[in-house]
Amino acid sequence: MLSATLIYGLSGLGLFVVGLYGALRPESLLARVLAVNVSSAGVFLMLVALAYRGNDQLPDPLPHALVLTGLVVAISATALALVLERRLREWGDD
Amino acid sequence: MIESIGWGLVFVGIGFIAAGSVGLVRLPDLYCRLHALTKADNLGLGCICSGLALLFGQWIIAIKLLLIWLLVLLTSAAVAHFIARHVLDKERRK
Amino acid sequence: MNMLLWNLFDCVLALLALVLGWRVVSSHDLKRAVVLFIAFGLLMSLIWARLAAPDLALAEAAIGAGLTGALLLSALRQQPASSESPVRSLMDVYGSLVLVLVLGGVMAWALFAAPGMVQGSSSNNPIYLQLEQSGVSNPVTAVLLNFRAYDTLLEIAVLFCVAIGVLAFGRERQHVMPAGPLLGVLMRVLVPLLVVMSSYLLWVGAHAPGGAFQAGAVLAAAGILLHLGGMPTLGMPGPLNLRWLLIAGLACFLLVGLATMLNGASFLTYPQAWTSVLILLIETGAVLSIAATLVLAYRGGGAPLDQPQGEGSHEERL
Repeated sequence: MLSATLIYGLSGLGLFVVGLYGALRPESLLARVLAVNVSSAGVFLMLVALAYRGNDQLPDPLPHALVLTGLVVAISATALALVLERRLREWGDD
Repeated sequence: MIESIGWGLVFVGIGFIAAGSVGLVRLPDLYCRLHALTKADNLGLGCICSGLALLFGQWIIAIKLLLIWLLVLLTSAAVAHFIARHVLDKERRK
Repeated sequence: MNMLLWNLFDCVLALLALVLGWRVVSSHDLKRAVVLFIAFGLLMSLIWARLAAPDLALAEAAIGAGLTGALLLSALRQQPASSESPVRSLMDVYGSLVLVLVLGGVMAWALFAAPGMVQGSSSNNPIYLQLEQSGVSNPVTAVLLNFRAYDTLLEIAVLFCVAIGVLAFGRERQHVMPAGPLLGVLMRVLVPLLVVMSSYLLWVGAHAPGGAFQAGAVLAAAGILLHLGGMPTLGMPGPLNLRWLLIAGLACFLLVGLATMLNGASFLTYPQAWTSVLILLIETGAVLSIAATLVLAYRGGGAPLDQPQGEGSHEERL
């Protein structure tokens, strides 16, 4: 029996692995920031899939709250990474 | 009766959106694609929204759906314009 | 039959997310990768809605698809044309593969060992049992600002650190050319609407999907739209006021925490009668800080505090 938790959990696991592998490749920094974001989306997906309790029951709100803070932290970390990347490039040009 | 009309509208909307997506893949250049995407999708979303409003049968939900549709109309028209103008400028400069 | 349809739908959605994620990572063209990532964010938003997490769907649509997309696209504009990636030794390739597989294995073990895999009932979930005492009826907001307020406090602190980092390292980008009259019309319609929607999300977060994070992201979108439209000074605070906004969230949180301690309770244990008011106060501060931080990050940095003001040029003021 395929449950939604299992389907989305496995998808999240796959995204985590793919993103992690992409982040370790020697591509440009922007591509690696993207890969880290994909990886974090995978972790979020696993957490929310574990919180799901079927169509007829309320989900567990605790992982939802964790993922909500995670989303905001992920975008602020991305923003900081992009600013640092720009600064690095400017230093490289000088 | 109303319920079946609602479902019919939703499926007609899905058909329009599917046609728009086929256009996005099949049409030759960017302007045709934008045309297919914005026109078919706006009409499709309108059908889906009115269908859902009929299915729910509440005024407040109907008004919310109408607002959503109007907002998407506004932004998708504007975005299509920006994309087309950007590409046109680029081609002229060549 | 019904269950089978749901499973089919779930499989399509989960597989699409996986394929899209793979395409983002494997794409050699950065522009393509960024656009695919925006689509990926929208798809994630759909998945949150499917998994009964409307708060997350709202936040992802505003943050993951909207703001991250804006940030990445503006970073893309300044990327160097293309640089071939350096050749790696086989050691490197195998090393990273082994690391990925080990971490993936640990995650898989965690997925199957986690208590959620045993489908527990949510009727005896302590969060729902104590929801009435939390001052709000949206369980996610209750967790964020009452049951686990410490986490949120630290998260706001992380956001503050990011703001400091951007202020320290970033330099304000020159804004691009105004995109023509249509953007002006769009701005005139959308910016007031976004501000209203942000306040609505903040207020409604107490009893329905919404809350400080979504509201902050929507408000930030309004600021970014103004910046895109070539009006970076319109409605934007000056450098000093911006700094006040940046600390608003953390300050509200800490002051409320201290006040509860002075009242005799422990840190961030609200008195019963005041719970809703205090939560709304903290959330309002958080909205201002989140929006200010995200707009600041989009602009790529701020003007320094001691810069002379009012010299006629718009660029000098934030």
